[in-house]
Amino acid sequence: MSGESARTVAASLRSFALDRPGSMVAAVLLATIALAALAAPLIAPQNPFDLASFDVLDADLPPFWLAGSDPRFLLGTDSQGRDLLSAILYGTRISLTVGVLAVAIQAAIGIPLGLIAGYVGGRVDSLVARVADVQLSLSTLIIAIIALALVRAGLGGEALGRLAVPLLVLVIGIAEWPTFARTARAATFAEGAKDHVRAAKALGASNAGVIRRHILPNILSPLIVVATTQIAGAIMAEAALSFLGLGLPITQPSLGTLIRSGYDLIFAGIWWVTVLPGLTLVGVLVAVNVLGDALRDALDPRLTLS
Amino acid sequence: MTADRPRGPGNPLQALDAPLAFIGRRAAEAVLVMLAIAVIAFAVKGALGDPLREIMGEAVPETQRAELRHRLGLDVPWPTQLARYLGHAAQGDLGQSYIYKRSTLEVVLAKFPASFELVLAASLIVLLISLPAGIHCAVKPRSLGARLILGLSVIGISVPVFLTGIILISIFSVWLGWLPAFGRGETVHIGFWETGLLTLDGLKHLLLPAVTLSSIMLPLFIRLVRGAMLDQLGTDYVRTARAKGASRLRVWLHHALRNALLPLVAIAGLQIGNMLAFTLLTETVFQWPGMGFLFLEAVTRADVPLITTYLVAVGFLFVVTNTLADVVSLWLDPRISLEGRR
Repeated sequence: MSGESARTVAASLRSFALDRPGSMVAAVLLATIALAALAAPLIAPQNPFDLASFDVLDADLPPFWLAGSDPRFLLGTDSQGRDLLSAILYGTRISLTVGVLAVAIQAAIGIPLGLIAGYVGGRVDSLVARVADVQLSLSTLIIAIIALALVRAGLGGEALGRLAVPLLVLVIGIAEWPTFARTARAATFAEGAKDHVRAAKALGASNAGVIRRHILPNILSPLIVVATTQIAGAIMAEAALSFLGLGLPITQPSLGTLIRSGYDLIFAGIWWVTVLPGLTLVGVLVAVNVLGDALRDALDPRLTLS
Repeated sequence: MTADRPRGPGNPLQALDAPLAFIGRRAAEAVLVMLAIAVIAFAVKGALGDPLREIMGEAVPETQRAELRHRLGLDVPWPTQLARYLGHAAQGDLGQSYIYKRSTLEVVLAKFPASFELVLAASLIVLLISLPAGIHCAVKPRSLGARLILGLSVIGISVPVFLTGIILISIFSVWLGWLPAFGRGETVHIGFWETGLLTLDGLKHLLLPAVTLSSIMLPLFIRLVRGAMLDQLGTDYVRTARAKGASRLRVWLHHALRNALLPLVAIAGLQIGNMLAFTLLTETVFQWPGMGFLFLEAVTRADVPLITTYLVAVGFLFVVTNTLADVVSLWLDPRISLEGRR
C-alpha cells in the first residue's frame, strides 16, 4: 500500500472513532468477543468437544442468575451436561473462523477478477459482469443450502460433519465472490481513468505493475467496507446452514449448531441453551454491521445510502 | 446470504427493440434456463442415487439386477437416458418418491399451497410496513421516527430468521401460550388447493411464521423504498410539482412513489432466491409443512428423486418470478414502449 493512501485511511479511521461513539462501542464489543473466542482453549472451563468429560448428572442446569444453578457452570449446561459458556466460546471461534476464511476466498476470487474486468474492459469485462449478475440473482443462501444438501444426500450426514468446516468455507466463499468482483471492477474503472494511472502507463509500466502499484492501493477503501458486510453475511450463512443440520455437527458445535441443539428444549422451559448462543450470534452480527455502516460513511462517502 | 442491499441491473429494459420482442426473448430465455435446470437435475440424480439399491436392497442376484436395470431403462447410454428424462419431465413425470411411493411432482405440488400462503402473508406484512416506513424515512430523514426505524433495521438484518422464529415461539407459544408453534392447524380443501386461510385455527398458525419471515425482508425493503423515494424526491419534476402548488402528500404519493415503485419491482423479483432460502428456514423452525420442509426431509432420508424434483420446482419458480418481474416493469414504465417505437 502506498504511504499516501495509508495515511488517508488512518486519518479517516481516527475521525470515524471520534465522530461515532456508537460504532466505538460496537468495535469494543466485537474485539472483546473475538479475543475471548480466540483464547477459548485458554479460558474455557471445559473442552466442549470432549464428550467423555461431560456428566449427564450435570445436564440442563440453568445459568447463574436462576435458582438451581451450579457455580461450576456459569451459563448453565445443555442436555448432555456440556458447559454452555465453553460451548459458546468455542462455537464463536468456529463461527468467526468460517466467516473470515469464507470472505478470504470471496476476496481471492472476486478482487482479481474485478481488477482484470475493470482494467481490461471490453469482452472480458462484460463476461465477468454477466456471470456475476446471474450468480448474484440466485442468492447465496439457497445455493449453499442446495450444495450442502446434495453433499449430505450423497455422502451421508457423518461425512458432511467431518468435512463441515472446509466445505462451509468453500461453499460460502465461492457463492459470494461476485460482490467483491463488482466493487473492485467499479472502483478500478474509476481509478483507471485518472491521470496518475495514465502517466504510469505512458512511462512504460507493465499492466501488472500498474494494477499492483497504482490501482489496488487506491481502491482499498471500498473493498474494506465490502469485506465487513460480507463477514457478517458469511457468519449468518454459516449459522443458518448449521441450524438446518447442513453445517457443523453437535460434536463440534458452532453457534448455529448450538441454537439448533437447544431448540427442542425451549418447550421444556430450558431456554438458555438456545437463547444464549443466539444472543452471542446477534451481538457479533450487530457489531459487525454497525461497524460496516460506519466504515462506509468514514472511508467511502460515495457509497452512503442517502 | 446478504439481504441488506439491492442487486441486479438497474433497468434491464433500456435497449429494447419492442415490448413484444422483449417478452418473446424473455420467454425463450426462460425455456432455456429450465432446460439447463432439468439437465442439472438429471446429473444430480445420476451422481447421487442408485435406484437399484433403493428398490431391491444389496442382496439380490445379478440376473435380477440386470433385468430391473433393463426395465428401468438404465442399460442404455446416458444421452438416451437424458433424452428420456427430459421427455418425461416435459410431461410432468419427474420420478417416484422413495419415501411417499408416489409421483414426486404430486408430492411437491401438494406442499406448494402451504409455502405460497406463508410467503403471501409475509409479503403483505412487508408491503404494509415497508411502504409507510420507507416513505417516512425519505421525506423526514432527520426525524426521531426515521432514525429509530433505520436503527431498528440494522438490528433487524442482524437477527437470523430462525432465531426470530425461536424467540417468537418462546414468547407467544411457550411463555404466554397465545399462539400455536407448529404446523398449519386446521385446513380446508378447495379443489387441489389446501388452504389454511379460511379457518381461525389456520390463521392463528400462520401468524407467527408469517411475522418471522417478514422480519428478515423488512429491513431490506424499508431501505429500498427509502432509497428509491430519495432518488425521486431529488428530481426536477418533483420540485416542479411542488413549485406549482401540489400538496406535499400528493407529490410524495402521486409523483414520487409511483416512479419509485418501478426499480422496486425489478429488485423484488431478484429477491426470490433469498425468499426461498428464508422460507425454508422459517418452515424448519415452525415445522410448517411446505416445500422447504419437504426438501430437508428428502435430504435427510436421501430421497433422490424428491430432491431433484424440488430443484426443478425451485428453478421453475425462480424463472417465472424473474420473467414476471421484467414483464411487470415493462408494463409499469411507459418510457419503454416509447423507446420501442423509435
